[in-house]
Amino acid sequence: MSKVEPFQAHHFDDVEQQHEASWLGMWVFLATEVMFFGGMFAGYFVYRHWYLQAFAAASNHLDVLLGGINTAVLICSSFTVALAVHSAETDRRKPLIAFLLLTIVLGLAFLGIKFYEYHTKFEEHLVPGSSFSFEASLARPAEIFFSFYFAMTGMHALHMIIGIGLMTALIFQARRGRFSSFYYTPVELTGLYWHFVDIVWIFLFPLLYLLGRHL
Amino acid sequence: MNVSEVERREHYLNVNYGIRSWLLTTDHKRIAWLYLLSVTLFFFIGGFFATLIRLELLTPQGDLVQAETYNKLFTMHGVTMIFFFLIPSIPAVLGNFLVPMMIGARDLAFPRLNLASWYIFILGGAFTVMAAAAGGVDTGWTFYTPYSSIYSNTHVVLTVVGIFVTGFSSILTGLNFIVTIHKMRAPGMTWFRLPLFIWAHYATSIIFVLGTPVIAITLVLVALERIFRLGIFDPALGGDPVLFQHLFWFYSHPAVYIMVLPAMGVVSELIACFSRKRVFGYSVVAFASLGIAVIGFLVWGHHMFVSGQSVHAGMIFSLLSFLVAIPSAIKVFNWTATLYKGSISYDAPMLYALGFIGLFTIGGLTGLFLATLGIDVHVHDTYFVIAHFHYIMVGGSVMGYLGGIHFWWPKMTGRRYPEGWARLAALIIFIGFNLTFFPQFVLGYIGMPRRYHVYPPEFQVLNVMSTAGASILAVGYLLPLTYLIWSLRYGTVAGRNPWGARGLEWETPSPPPTENFERTPIVTEGAYAYEKAPEEISTLGRPAHV
Amino acid sequence: MKSEPHVSIRTYALVFLALLVLTGLTTAIAFLDLGGSINTMVALAIAVCKALLVILYFMHVRYSDKLTWVFAAAGFFWLLILIGGTMDDVLTRPQLPPSTASVPAQDYPR
Repeated sequence: MSKVEPFQAHHFDDVEQQHEASWLGMWVFLATEVMFFGGMFAGYFVYRHWYLQAFAAASNHLDVLLGGINTAVLICSSFTVALAVHSAETDRRKPLIAFLLLTIVLGLAFLGIKFYEYHTKFEEHLVPGSSFSFEASLARPAEIFFSFYFAMTGMHALHMIIGIGLMTALIFQARRGRFSSFYYTPVELTGLYWHFVDIVWIFLFPLLYLLGRHL
Repeated sequence: MNVSEVERREHYLNVNYGIRSWLLTTDHKRIAWLYLLSVTLFFFIGGFFATLIRLELLTPQGDLVQAETYNKLFTMHGVTMIFFFLIPSIPAVLGNFLVPMMIGARDLAFPRLNLASWYIFILGGAFTVMAAAAGGVDTGWTFYTPYSSIYSNTHVVLTVVGIFVTGFSSILTGLNFIVTIHKMRAPGMTWFRLPLFIWAHYATSIIFVLGTPVIAITLVLVALERIFRLGIFDPALGGDPVLFQHLFWFYSHPAVYIMVLPAMGVVSELIACFSRKRVFGYSVVAFASLGIAVIGFLVWGHHMFVSGQSVHAGMIFSLLSFLVAIPSAIKVFNWTATLYKGSISYDAPMLYALGFIGLFTIGGLTGLFLATLGIDVHVHDTYFVIAHFHYIMVGGSVMGYLGGIHFWWPKMTGRRYPEGWARLAALIIFIGFNLTFFPQFVLGYIGMPRRYHVYPPEFQVLNVMSTAGASILAVGYLLPLTYLIWSLRYGTVAGRNPWGARGLEWETPSPPPTENFERTPIVTEGAYAYEKAPEEISTLGRPAHV
Repeated sequence: MKSEPHVSIRTYALVFLALLVLTGLTTAIAFLDLGGSINTMVALAIAVCKALLVILYFMHVRYSDKLTWVFAAAGFFWLLILIGGTMDDVLTRPQLPPSTASVPAQDYPR
């Protein structure tokens, strides 16, 4: 029986078991997140099948440049968070904090661009509801498209805000010396969460922004 | 063993006292008690709504409540019973208590998450109770759109928020069980030495984790549609109400397996113990649990045969629904084979287990009727469906729950309940249950629709029988409430293993110490080794390093 | 995941660049008309490649045990069941999609 480390919980036999349990637990949680977002993807595919023309026309009102920039921003942030985990793995505290900070900054940039996009949609009367306005023959299914746009990107943005909160907490903990190459599980798991949020966007971008560009 | 010895020995109940030690506990056994008290409360709340429903249905006219009120009654009955009683009951009470013990662990993998699950459950319940107090919801527990998303003037958002929140309680419990079973089994406890109760809870946890998020997002979309007028299910925009039904039933069908798989796990334990035999075909039963969980995700469209879903999809869902009956049937055959040439005793837990087998079989067979497209066109949305699912959920799950509570009561409390009263209660429940729900098969077949508070006079006799049965059933449920509480103070003190059962949980004192085992068990034997004497297979007294 | 080899910074950088390239690729292809649903399939295929790169390398699944693979795959597989079953219904319905033609928007109660 190995000696009990200070960060080892009493009900585990050793740190390895604790780490394996935490890692598996995070993956199980991510599976639930796939299903959570997945419900909206299912609805999206149904309506896209029926109303392709309206969906394409509606999609073309989204700013593909901003969407593309945001995709690149998120990919960069996945890179930086991977580097943060790597820094924790190799006992380098300053780079760990720096990369976490960089990830947060990139995340905030993404959110900034996103909310700017929401603002322009509001001005263009593309927010579903009584002020929605679109080319008459396609208006109603276009409103469905924008309902999905706001629901899906909104839920995604909420998850990013949570991720930024988690990383902020990690920075505070890292500054107090909580992490080392022996124990950096919270950093690792937060990294997994952030990568998942990136993957959701990897699918959202083509499905929402690119579907009608060739028409 | 005398009372003072029990009271002097330290165990999980007396290790500390006070409300904080309970509300801030991370001990899975205490959390199980928190859930036990909560689900019991919700059971009687749901039962209260059922009482009003059955009273209204005594007469063909709508004379007790108005139509709108009746809609709220059956909605609240369904929501309370399904989300706040049936789904948590066995997993959160018996599962929480027993999963670590049966695998030889000191606790679940994530004890603080376990406590958080309970608080989340209570928060969700609070939202739903608030919605009920504020006037309730009238959409049916199925929340079909566009009525729920646009037209209903009742507290839909508050209720769906409550269900959404409680869903996370399920998800976290399932996550905890999966990780615990994978990573925290005692030395020698290989997968195929696990009790079938564990296999059942593992299968259930898969459904918790993969199914619950879908209803979560679906209810979020309904709430967004109500609040922000997002047009997802709105037919005026070209939205499709059947899409809601796909998303809703993708979870809610597997949810019924969440409700029945744990009860099946309990039944496996009870049948083995009270026949003093290994469960026949152990690995087949284990795989059948997984099979039910997986195939159960493929059949949701059988709730939608007449909704406008395509006939093509209907045929596929019908075929798959026949398929999912097979693993369930296999379990019934295997339990029966376990009984054959067993040394049977008829203690109360066994009465519940036997009742489960019979009533679940009826419920399951009538499910096959419903899976048959042609028959379903005739009986969909009638009392036939209501009878079918109550046979499974009440005749099945609730009896499994009660059987389990009685079986493990001595372990949980260190006390035995009065056996005579328990057998009487089991009998009353069995009789009351059948009198309540069998007439409903006939009612449905002859045409009485569900969710109606009025009906043609020729249906009255059967309705009166059903209400009479319900009153007997109510007496039956009040009995265990009474004598189980009584036993806490006055019951005979129980030893480690009052039933002479096999399983790690029976090798530890009753009630167990906080860390469950005096020393980590080393397992060398499979489950249900009833042909061997307990001393031969005991994991106690072995040096830890062997 | 026990003591798995450190994924090198070089690997991360290569994956990062690949992701950016694929993003550019999918955006560019989107403007070409490849006929019918080919555009959709290509876009999804590229998205799947990007997701796999993130999962295998950034999320270390390539270096993890089988159990991790199973749970990583399970979510996506189950999602396919949901989408597949629903689309099976949608694709085989004989009638037109729910009609919006008959009711003018301003007359519909909201």
